[in-house]
Amino acid sequence: MAVLLTRKSRVIVQGITGHQGQFHTRAMLDFGTKVVAGVTPGKGGQKVEGVPVFDAVDEAVRRKRANASIVFVPAAFAKDAVIEAVEAGIRLIAVITERIPFHDALEFQPYARTKDVTVIGPNCPGLASPGQAKMGIMPNQIFKPGDVGVISRSGTLTYEIVNAISEAGFGQSTCIGIGGDPIIGTNMVEALALFQKDRSTRKIVVVGEIGGTGEEDAAAFIAKNVTKPVVAYVAGRTAPPGKRMGHAGAIIQGGKGTAESKVRAFNDAGVRVAQYPVEVASLLAAT
Amino acid sequence: MKFLEYKAKEIFSRYGIPVPRGIVASTPEDITNPPLPCMVKAQVLVGGRGRAGGVRPANGLDEARGVARQILGMAIGGYTVKQVYLEERLDIEKELYLSFAIDRSARESLLMASAMGGMEVESLPRDRIFMEHVPVLVGPQPYVWRAFRASLGLPKDVADQAVDIARKAYDLFRKEDAELVEINPLVLTKDGRVIAGDAKLVIDDNAEYRHPEYAGMDQDRTPLEEEAHEKGIAFIQLDGDIGVIANGAGLTMATLDVLNLKGGRGGTFLDLGGTDDPGKVAEAFELLLKAKPAAILLNIFGGITKADTVAVGVKQALEVMHASVPVVARIKGVNEDKAKQILRDIGMYPAETIEQAAELAVKVSHGAR
Repeated sequence: MAVLLTRKSRVIVQGITGHQGQFHTRAMLDFGTKVVAGVTPGKGGQKVEGVPVFDAVDEAVRRKRANASIVFVPAAFAKDAVIEAVEAGIRLIAVITERIPFHDALEFQPYARTKDVTVIGPNCPGLASPGQAKMGIMPNQIFKPGDVGVISRSGTLTYEIVNAISEAGFGQSTCIGIGGDPIIGTNMVEALALFQKDRSTRKIVVVGEIGGTGEEDAAAFIAKNVTKPVVAYVAGRTAPPGKRMGHAGAIIQGGKGTAESKVRAFNDAGVRVAQYPVEVASLLAAT
Repeated sequence: MKFLEYKAKEIFSRYGIPVPRGIVASTPEDITNPPLPCMVKAQVLVGGRGRAGGVRPANGLDEARGVARQILGMAIGGYTVKQVYLEERLDIEKELYLSFAIDRSARESLLMASAMGGMEVESLPRDRIFMEHVPVLVGPQPYVWRAFRASLGLPKDVADQAVDIARKAYDLFRKEDAELVEINPLVLTKDGRVIAGDAKLVIDDNAEYRHPEYAGMDQDRTPLEEEAHEKGIAFIQLDGDIGVIANGAGLTMATLDVLNLKGGRGGTFLDLGGTDDPGKVAEAFELLLKAKPAAILLNIFGGITKADTVAVGVKQALEVMHASVPVVARIKGVNEDKAKQILRDIGMYPAETIEQAAELAVKVSHGAR
């Protein structure tokens, strides 16, 4: 078992003929993912890594019974790609694309929600259920099947932590990179709810960073609703206020979104917070 | 993208939002026909200009020039005042607050208003702020304006003007890809007009491509940050002496935090992004060296790119630049040992973990002084 993504998921790649799309299609296939089709308008009929390419998502859904999509298309076309996928009946969409205008996200995120479609991201590394499937750009070799659910706002920092916990013997049920943007399809609370419900997940790791109040909301949710042990890490303790630290969402504004506030909220909820990224592994061992 | 007040007011005006008459000037001599009596307002992208003495009244032309002379060149929040805006002085009956922003948690736009304007919204009592989410998919429905109107408790003709301004501000918020449209204060004058006393506008950087007309505006960036922005590199100058460079925003922040825990202070936040393009690596190092760090701490998690490939890129970049700054590097990934050898061969200090790298960087930065 896992959350959202399993070996049964039938994945398409939107933007499969681009450099990134092509490269990661290979890696996802190697991971064991059922990549059933790719979509690039105007490139229908081609094949990428043996995967058939269609002009439209609708066609890929009809011909290949696809139910999940990973989006690599450039920022200017991402809204179009997501809404096309929703309309075609796709149920899970991971948006890797970064630098999507906020107002586009303000449109496609609520739209997907009204249709009960799960969006991960944007500006995220995707998700992976080790031993089953990956819809993302994370390096395959860091994962190990197991019972830890991972939720993270970051990319490489997630790899760092997942790698550390794998080396310490803690495999993962599913790792969800929820994304570094201010407006994301699945937030920490929603991801926590999925892992709390999932029988194959026994422990949870949350990797947060400065900006917004997602971690504070998550801490409140954990205190009330999560019975599984949770370990956290928060990046940006030394970040200056008012500056965007690489991620569009990583900014302390009007005194809100500081690392101290997030660490305090987690501590108050009984969540142990690692000082160093790799310390997550030893905290997991101690739970 | 942040806008100076006068720029924001130009845009407000385009959307039909009433603003006071005003002129912008870079020197006292530029001022020939200001609206009198006026307020002389420093044009800076940071808050707190009023407290810093950057907003002052003037009654005649000579006085206006004199005040402008004092304000121009002032330092406010670390930024030098290059322009002043001389604006018609309003006869204020009441100050209101109005803004449209993005509510991250709700994933919707948020209308905020208050009958207590003029001060920072954060300092207002919560029960005096009217808040209403506006789902952008369907736009503001009439109930939003009914509730907004009721919250102000103003006479009908004044309330009509406020609602009209709010509608236009929402229109601007959407069409200009704004993160924030804030009117504080929204002034009710003694003669019953409602007019935008101040204007704060922030446009989403990700939407820059849709608004080429705003390209090249001054932002609150250092010259090096500006250079980085032009090259598309995520780079921030900090006040420490160790140049930190890593791949990925989260990992770069975490590296700075670890460095701090080990007693060092980061002088830069530089997110290298992808690591497979030696040209980009070189560009990033070039920028970093311009910040004159006492040492460089490089932290790479080579997920997809092999560690030795990253090391070769770094080697090429440094060789071209003949840099004499000590570099501590931790590159995790496939072929780590090969990577270490490459780094050692060019006199860099390889490290095993982030913690070790941070400790070493602190040590060599002292040695370099």
